[in-house]
Amino acid sequence: MAATFDQIFILFRNWLVHFLPPAWQPAAGALLGVIGIVAVFPGLFALTTLLERKGLGRMQNRYGPNRVGPFGLLQPVADGLKALTKEDVVPFNANGLMHLLAPLVMVVTVFMSFAVLPMGRHMELVDMDAGLLFFFAMGAATELSVFMAGWSSRNKYSILGAMRAVAQMISYEVPMLLSSVAVVMIAGSLSLPKVVAAQNHYTGIFPHWYVFTPWGFGAALMFAIAAIAETNRSPFDLPEGESEIIAGYHTEYSGFKFALFFLAEYLGMFALSGLGVTLFMGGWSAPFSFLTWIPSWIWFFAKVMLAICVFIWMRGTLPRLRQDQLMNFAWKFVLPYSLLVLLVTAFWRFLPPGWERWVVCTVILAVAYVVMGRAAFKLKRVGPRSYRYAE
Amino acid sequence: MLGEGILKGLAQTAKNFAGSYVSEERLTTVQYPEERLPVAEASRVFPFLVFDGSEWLGGMRCVACQICEKECPPKCIYIEKSKDKKPDYVGKQQFYPVRFDIDISVCMSCQICVEVCPFEAIKMDTAFELATDDRFGGLLLDRQQLAKSNEYYHSIHPTEASEVDARLDEEKVKAEAKAKAAAPAAAAKPPAPAGGKD
Repeated sequence: MAATFDQIFILFRNWLVHFLPPAWQPAAGALLGVIGIVAVFPGLFALTTLLERKGLGRMQNRYGPNRVGPFGLLQPVADGLKALTKEDVVPFNANGLMHLLAPLVMVVTVFMSFAVLPMGRHMELVDMDAGLLFFFAMGAATELSVFMAGWSSRNKYSILGAMRAVAQMISYEVPMLLSSVAVVMIAGSLSLPKVVAAQNHYTGIFPHWYVFTPWGFGAALMFAIAAIAETNRSPFDLPEGESEIIAGYHTEYSGFKFALFFLAEYLGMFALSGLGVTLFMGGWSAPFSFLTWIPSWIWFFAKVMLAICVFIWMRGTLPRLRQDQLMNFAWKFVLPYSLLVLLVTAFWRFLPPGWERWVVCTVILAVAYVVMGRAAFKLKRVGPRSYRYAE
Repeated sequence: MLGEGILKGLAQTAKNFAGSYVSEERLTTVQYPEERLPVAEASRVFPFLVFDGSEWLGGMRCVACQICEKECPPKCIYIEKSKDKKPDYVGKQQFYPVRFDIDISVCMSCQICVEVCPFEAIKMDTAFELATDDRFGGLLLDRQQLAKSNEYYHSIHPTEASEVDARLDEEKVKAEAKAKAAAPAAAAKPPAPAGGKD
């Protein structure tokens, strides 16, 4: 019974497909998978916008939306209708084709990155040998679409926002890749289902998730920081700094094109949370050995939503960084620390199993964290500002 | 250590999040259409015209002197003076406005009209729910819409209205005393021109 529920979507797909002639079956199966992804994640996006507004409201001692429907549950519907009925303004000097293509490119590439994520046992659309590589290739395409949007709008705020966004995304993509490489070194595969399979063992009741090893914890931390920056979320939401550059690269977008950007931002968040969960938190595997009877896809989505809640919590807590702080943090702390994590992962890989390698790796990483944290922020002297010329 | 402040901040927001479900007094929101805060006595929105007694046109204090019209910075007041006269609160014959319009889409609530009015005739209202679907006619208030009773004035600005009433009573007493002083003098002096005519 549990096995049936675990594979219920696969069985349903196979049942639907078996009505077709055998030659069409693989293509039809893939199409059904695509429909599933395209239906589930925008629905999750609608729920998340509500969750975010409610959660942020509560963190600020407000109610959040509570007018549309019971407990404000129909708020996403109202937002969607509003976005659909708004006028679609294209600036007179904008490059119309690029202006139209930018949100489409963004949404399509983000959707494509879902193809390699294992969302349950056997529930990946494409079992690619280099799935991780494909994921990052698709992730890099968002930079292209952001710059398309900023450049084609022909607006100084848009172009500034796009330049900030691209600089930020490229800076943080490096540590993100490096921390993923640590996982690849241990798991020995770029294929995400194999990474999950490598973590799906238990000692007693506890799982072998990589986040519970010293190197995995460090890599997961760096990955989380880079993922927040990569999705332009607070505190790294400089591309949309309202106080400085209105809304950044999507200043000139309204109506449904803006909704597409909004959708892509959240889909990017889901995709990166899904990747983080897959790499460090065991993907679809259960957190305790006695909970394996709960279907694997429930665990995957529960973990992704947990990650999203942490994103929202961060957004409710931290103020926005300054551009130089953002860059300093990326290049002076996150990148060197990711390199160190990579080195420690190599130690872990080649030291004999036992308590010694736990001690060695933990000590190296903890000491480095404290020392590098001090070193990176040592020069920051907070005090009254001195003026050289003005008096 | 790096990140200590972030952890402290996260603890604080988590406390707020959980606390908002436990204690209602944390939530500062007033759910507006259903519940509302009492309007502060000193608050002001748009001007209105005060009338004494029960009849709005008869008791209107405005004498159409047009000072407010001239002083209004955004020029949102339009007054037409009457040809005939009616008695004011002391019984003196005065002009009255046949037309007194305020365009509240132009009015900036500066209260200058109130400051300059020598007759205590124009005061600031506290009503703020003035939304209308007719942005031209609906926001242009005529003298009947603007006329509010002195009792209403007392209900929205009690302190200020009592002061105004005291001042007006004083003036009334003064005017009566003057009239009394003038009456015996008028009686004592023989109405020469009238008598002469006869």
